[in-house]
Amino acid sequence: MGRRTTLERYGDKGTAIGHVRGLGSSGEGAHHWLLQRFTAIGNLLTVLFLVVSLILLPDLSYATARDWVSNPIPATVIALLIISVFWHARLGLQVLIEDYVDTPGNKFAAIAALNLATFGGAAFGLFSIARLALGAPLVGGA
Amino acid sequence: MADRPLSPHLSIWRWGPHMLVSILHRVAGDGMAFIALPVLLWWLGALASGPEAYESFAGVMTSPIGYVVLVGISWAFFNHMSSGIRHFVLDMGAGYEISLNKKFSYVSIASGIVLTIAFWGAILLF
Repeated sequence: MGRRTTLERYGDKGTAIGHVRGLGSSGEGAHHWLLQRFTAIGNLLTVLFLVVSLILLPDLSYATARDWVSNPIPATVIALLIISVFWHARLGLQVLIEDYVDTPGNKFAAIAALNLATFGGAAFGLFSIARLALGAPLVGGA
Repeated sequence: MADRPLSPHLSIWRWGPHMLVSILHRVAGDGMAFIALPVLLWWLGALASGPEAYESFAGVMTSPIGYVVLVGISWAFFNHMSSGIRHFVLDMGAGYEISLNKKFSYVSIASGIVLTIAFWGAILLF
């Protein structure tokens, strides 16, 4: 495994510079970079809201936490937190994979697994908040 | 590996605080993705599932190992937040002078630790 030489990569079809000349940037890097910054701002605001709320809540018992997160503003902010944080984590782990997984097939598989995990995780978080905020009957009563 | 020389890597550089900030940013960020996000989902899922599920979540999180995990998560967040704000400053093109860059690096690491201590102090106080 590991990085291949230019000749191995392109055979006799030309040099590496010939392949990339005139193409400009990769075309997606700036978009990824910007989204990482935008979601970072989202994380900063929403997680600090959660941090301050955790400090100010009188305790973190079931009833207290449930009543708090069921209110419209906390429910909205925590739902936004889920979207922003999972999106940011997906972007960050993608960079980790791109840095350390060299083999194209493994890289594809790792990024596919990452997408499943982050979309699945975010969906579960949003569903949980929706259930709390919209007041589905709870197992074991309230 | 190819026989040709690859770009110089970790071993040839003299370590400085900016390198520590950089690797801690990645460790804290990717660490949160693997540990803090599952804990967050467990918390919300337990709240949505009812008192019994919440009891088992709270039982694990208030055990000694649970507190280690929670303190670790809080440090990872405040550290990643501090070095993330440093990134925003660098993104604006500021703070690249060597002495200032070093100073901000130390401030970033210290800020992560101080905010973690302040957070747990505030949790205990209020």
